[in-house]
Amino acid sequence: MAAPIGSTIFGGGTIQHFRPSSAVQRTEAARASGMGSAGLARLQGLFAVYKPPGLKWKHLRDTVELQLLKGLNAGKPPAPQQRVRFLLGPVEGSEEKELTLTATRVPSLIDHPLVRGLAFTSLKVGVGHRLDSQASGVLVLGVGHGRGLLTDMYNAHLTKNYTVRGVLGKATDDFCEDGRLVEKTTYDHVTREKLNRILAVIQGSHQKALVTYSNLDLQTQEAYEMAVSGVIRPMNKSPMLITGIRCLQFAPPEFLLEVQCMHETQKQLRRLVHEIGLELKSTAVCTQVRRTRDGFFTLDDALLRTQWDLPSIQDAIQAAAPRVAAELKKSLRPWLGTQEPPGPGQPWDSERPRSALGPESHVGH
Amino acid sequence: MLFCSLGRATLRKMALSAQQISRWLNSSKLSSFMTALQLRRRFQRPETTLSCGVFAQPRVSSEGCFLQWGFRTYRTSSLWNSSKSADSSRQEINCAQSTLLPSVNEPSQRTPKIPSLDSELSLEGLDDVPPLSPLQPISDDEAVQIIAGPPLPPSSVTLRDYVDHSETLRKLVLLGVDLSKIEKHPDAANLLLRLDFERDIKQMLLFLKDLGIEDTQLGPLLTKNYAIFSEDLENLKTRVAYLQSKNFSKVDIAQMVRNAPFLLSFSVERLDNRLGFFQKELELSVKKTRDLVIRLPRLLTGSLEPVKENMKVFRLELGFQQNEIQHMITKIPKMLTANKRKLTETFDYVHNVMCVPHRVVVRSPQVFNTRLFKVKERHLFLAYLGRAQYDPTKPNYISLDNLVSVPDGIFCEAMAKASVRDFEKFLKTL
Repeated sequence: MAAPIGSTIFGGGTIQHFRPSSAVQRTEAARASGMGSAGLARLQGLFAVYKPPGLKWKHLRDTVELQLLKGLNAGKPPAPQQRVRFLLGPVEGSEEKELTLTATRVPSLIDHPLVRGLAFTSLKVGVGHRLDSQASGVLVLGVGHGRGLLTDMYNAHLTKNYTVRGVLGKATDDFCEDGRLVEKTTYDHVTREKLNRILAVIQGSHQKALVTYSNLDLQTQEAYEMAVSGVIRPMNKSPMLITGIRCLQFAPPEFLLEVQCMHETQKQLRRLVHEIGLELKSTAVCTQVRRTRDGFFTLDDALLRTQWDLPSIQDAIQAAAPRVAAELKKSLRPWLGTQEPPGPGQPWDSERPRSALGPESHVGH
Repeated sequence: MLFCSLGRATLRKMALSAQQISRWLNSSKLSSFMTALQLRRRFQRPETTLSCGVFAQPRVSSEGCFLQWGFRTYRTSSLWNSSKSADSSRQEINCAQSTLLPSVNEPSQRTPKIPSLDSELSLEGLDDVPPLSPLQPISDDEAVQIIAGPPLPPSSVTLRDYVDHSETLRKLVLLGVDLSKIEKHPDAANLLLRLDFERDIKQMLLFLKDLGIEDTQLGPLLTKNYAIFSEDLENLKTRVAYLQSKNFSKVDIAQMVRNAPFLLSFSVERLDNRLGFFQKELELSVKKTRDLVIRLPRLLTGSLEPVKENMKVFRLELGFQQNEIQHMITKIPKMLTANKRKLTETFDYVHNVMCVPHRVVVRSPQVFNTRLFKVKERHLFLAYLGRAQYDPTKPNYISLDNLVSVPDGIFCEAMAKASVRDFEKFLKTL
């Protein structure tokens, strides 16, 4: 093979060509392009979007990723790169035609946007507690370092709030309105009092389950105090547990429930509506499942479809960051008797009167 | 392993024009295959010489994502021409040129003693010229003139490695061609590397400019239809002449080629068949078909099956009459190539949930061109406010066209008579 000719022939230095790196770096690492790196630095954290009904969570996540990439790639391109080459040129002020090597900068097209392509081609966006296709509501997403915070949020086992709309009079196989009809019944005998009684029974039974699954020995003073203040909840896997349920509106055949629960799936909530119908000696299907709160993200924090772009998401992350840090620290800290009890999990029955409130007016914690 | 590469060189000289190369490339089953790259300046003693090279077999990549160069390694050296200015186009790698005599590229200052390819490889040349050892001392002047740069990578997945060394690629980038997209197709990338700007590409560009395509539009067009370089210029001229014979004006043809870059890659028979198909299927007059095709030229380049299916969907599933379909198509040609599932879902919602009859839908076909969620959200908001009235005979009528095409601010203000904040709050209750 060819030996480097320069080193053997020249007495002194060697000739080197500084070739630009030919490695292809198509990563999401920040490049020194105007908006790109600065934009990426502000894009680390958690934010919430409002998932509309009929949209799969995966498609939503992909749409958000595309919009973020569009925003990041819109930054101004980098300054044109130059390379240093040693070129032959005549020495100035010399009579003869002597040629020496001089170092010159020549423009290079290596980092031209049309040659290199887009600076950002993929971005990892994580999803928190998922919502199925028919459900809607607050969906927490994490980008960059926020994906690690998603795990922390999951481990904090916070409760979520749902509004569930049901219709009396029919039963279907998948508990939704458009499923295969199984049964039709009358519902004239159903009153609000009957409904409230059944909801109270449900809440009571789930209260017992809360204590069981939280693996606490109720004989201790600490556990007793926790139980009294009502903050017991399981901090590991458990079946769906309802920490609070009440009826907001009742206009037969339709009714609106507010459910505060944990470790749930939306299908289980629809099954709950079906079972409430059965308990009322009638039948019911669920027409709407909507999440109004996920941990400490509420409807006000959720971004609508028109706001799924880079600047709005960056602002949302910045706005939520202090609250996220504080809440996660509080939730993951062990609760001692003298301290203020950790927030989520308090039933609101004991706190406020059960008057007719609007669906969004309750901001649980 | 040194062996004489005499036979290979002669064979290589047979592969001449870029067209032949591309045809051969297209016909081969393997997606990336390149014959030898030659970067050489041949010299005679006492400047520098080069000995026999090592010829590596052309490597074939089965994954098909490599630009492969069968390479010839030499103890290379290149003579700098001091008269030429130092710019980055010095080391030209030009595969098409490389198969020809290097004397084409040689500057006039070279001594006429520099042998051509043939004589160097002839047997008597090898006998007369003993190989020069690298340990032989040479004068300082000659030493300064030797440039021993690192060789270009023989194969690469990207054109970035070659763009500074190829005049063709540099000029294409300055024209606006997106090389990062073309390098995803190894055949195209190899073709571009082997073409010569002056000889092959310039003719094509001049032809496109004659058609009426602006300089700024050449880049995107070539990015999409890079195969146009392997087309015969005569064929392209025939196709343009055919279109002109069908009474398409020059401006129209330029617009069509801009919007459908692959148009000129279709043969005259194919274009004729397609125009005939649209005329028969849609039962439109010649002028209306022409206008339709000018507005959406990708009808001529796309597949015809979706169009046939969509026509059946309109007639049988959605229940429109032929004249209604004609009216809608002339207003929104995109409906012919729309997704039929989305068409049926949209129509199902508009007709059954919003209770809009056929004749009103025909008058505003724009609903078929919008996303369904937009129609749903706005209709539900209007229904919540009690303003969902789509019957033209009654007061407070809201046309479907306006419903879907105006932006949110105007919709809320003019039709819903509410604020955008109210609309957002409503959306969060859905």
